[in-house]
Amino acid sequence: MQNAARELQEEHVQHQKQKEPENKQDHQPGKKKNKNLEYIKKNYLLYLFIAPAIILTIIFKYIPMYGAVIAFKDFSPMRGILGSEWVGLEHFTGFLTSPNFLNIFMNTLKLSSFELLLGFPIPIILALMLNQIRRANAKKNIQLILYAPHFISVVVISGMVFLFLSPTGPINSLITLVTGNSYSFMSDPDAFRSIYIISGIWQGAGWASIIYVAALANVDPQLHDAAKIDGASLLRRIWHIDLPVLKPVMAVLFILAAGGIMAIGFEKAYLLQTSMNIPASEIIPTYVYKLGLQAGDYSFATAVGLFNAVINVFLLVFVNSVVKKLNEGEGLM
Amino acid sequence: MNLTKSDRILLTVNKMLLVIVSLLVLLPLLYVFLSSFLQPNTLLNKGIMLSFSDFSLDGYARLFADGTILRGFFNSVLYATGFTLVTVVVSILAGYTLSQNGLVGKKTIMIFFIVTMFFNGGLIPTYLLVRDLGMLNTVWAIILPNAISVWFIILARTYFKAIPNELKEAARIDGASDFMIFLKIILPLSKPIIFVLALYAFIGQWNAYFDAMIYLEDRELHPLQLVLRSILIQNEVQPGMIGDQMARAELQRISEMIKYSSIVVASLPLLIMYPFFQKYFEKGVMVGSLK
Repeated sequence: MQNAARELQEEHVQHQKQKEPENKQDHQPGKKKNKNLEYIKKNYLLYLFIAPAIILTIIFKYIPMYGAVIAFKDFSPMRGILGSEWVGLEHFTGFLTSPNFLNIFMNTLKLSSFELLLGFPIPIILALMLNQIRRANAKKNIQLILYAPHFISVVVISGMVFLFLSPTGPINSLITLVTGNSYSFMSDPDAFRSIYIISGIWQGAGWASIIYVAALANVDPQLHDAAKIDGASLLRRIWHIDLPVLKPVMAVLFILAAGGIMAIGFEKAYLLQTSMNIPASEIIPTYVYKLGLQAGDYSFATAVGLFNAVINVFLLVFVNSVVKKLNEGEGLM
Repeated sequence: MNLTKSDRILLTVNKMLLVIVSLLVLLPLLYVFLSSFLQPNTLLNKGIMLSFSDFSLDGYARLFADGTILRGFFNSVLYATGFTLVTVVVSILAGYTLSQNGLVGKKTIMIFFIVTMFFNGGLIPTYLLVRDLGMLNTVWAIILPNAISVWFIILARTYFKAIPNELKEAARIDGASDFMIFLKIILPLSKPIIFVLALYAFIGQWNAYFDAMIYLEDRELHPLQLVLRSILIQNEVQPGMIGDQMARAELQRISEMIKYSSIVVASLPLLIMYPFFQKYFEKGVMVGSLK
């Protein structure tokens, strides 16, 4: 097989040599096309390598994008996507004018923006704190503990939340000790967002600090030494030396996180949902799931999902431009 | 190292705070672990008065008395392994191609992939496609739709770009074919990136429940996370776990023990293994951030 491949390659080389004189007489665009074709012929293996990725992407990413046209149709499984009737924006106006709309939209927006605003600074603070630990061993052990929850599944985290917050669980035992009454966390809509965000920080903040810790490792220690001689306090050195190093990383991560605001994770919200906390826990993704896959209202659910995606793209562009302004022209795009 | 007094106080406070934060992370895990060997609320009532006689394996015995959790475990091993294989092979091959200088159509192909990071058809069209392809209730529904990760492809590409071109040129002069160069020179050098991608893929799939929930109706096919969901979230107790009918309070007691032990069974393997791979995980985060 090796020989065969080599022969093939030699053949290509000969081909190239024969064609070269012809090429010189060609027009400019034709010449370029020929060259490209030859490159592809010569390196067909590279294109063979990338073919599976392209095929899978077409099937599982691009075809569903086309499939999203059912948001503008009255999809019936019997007639298929093509055969179903066009209804224009009916599903979108249906969603926007439905009594649920404002509640679900605000739930989505609140849950993810509070999560972002509260969750974003904590990994940065953790990294700055870890950076002050000089003993490498101690630092490594703390990191080992802080990263651990990242490896626990969302089902288990949610299960732990239910166990810890149950009327007879450890948290309520403490509350009962102090106040004499237990508090039913999981059936109170007002508690849902706090539960979601605090459990998210518990699980993710340590892991999210990795990238900041690594950025801080690039800070030149001489800068700190020089500042120390000038009499700068620890806090001033962190403020003037460490933080500026983190700024570009923060900008990129903030844009990415803010761009995902409406694409908030379905998985944990759905698990932490109870029939009692629905007024706060119903967000667009859980609503799409229930309407589409549980109730079978495919077209309406697709329209709701599409509406969400469009808002998300606008948010991404908006946040990017704001960060660009604040960050001296440096953004993501 | 002559720090001012206020700086020294600050550093001590910093250390103490980090210890407190570590305890806040560690204590819930420890609580779950200990509770899985105890009758409900023993830990709270007895605290440090706990004695050896309080510990039992009752929760674990009941958990494994029913085959559901073991079946889930084996299903998860199957799904995670299959998914990892497909994802890593596809990403490595694509990443290698995209790392080549002068690749014709590189920009178009990159845009083709990156578009899918920002736009997608959404839940319902993807579900309908998987259904129409006849993949519901098959392993393929878990493996194929998410096998392409643009992030993985970019990770692989970044790694391959760092391999010096001279290596390939030298082999080519020696008469090696492109395929042989990839197989004998590039792949052996790529063990670290393959390992990082495989770890990420395996753990991601091991901890996922959503695709299985929508694509696999057949309970026999449910992975571990769905079994856990029925135990932990939906409060279902398998008949095999309780045996005879019993009083409500007794049922509650047993179901709580089963919950704690199921958490330990599902999470302990990864938590024990991850410290050994910590540096690889960190590497993955870093390579991805550099672009």
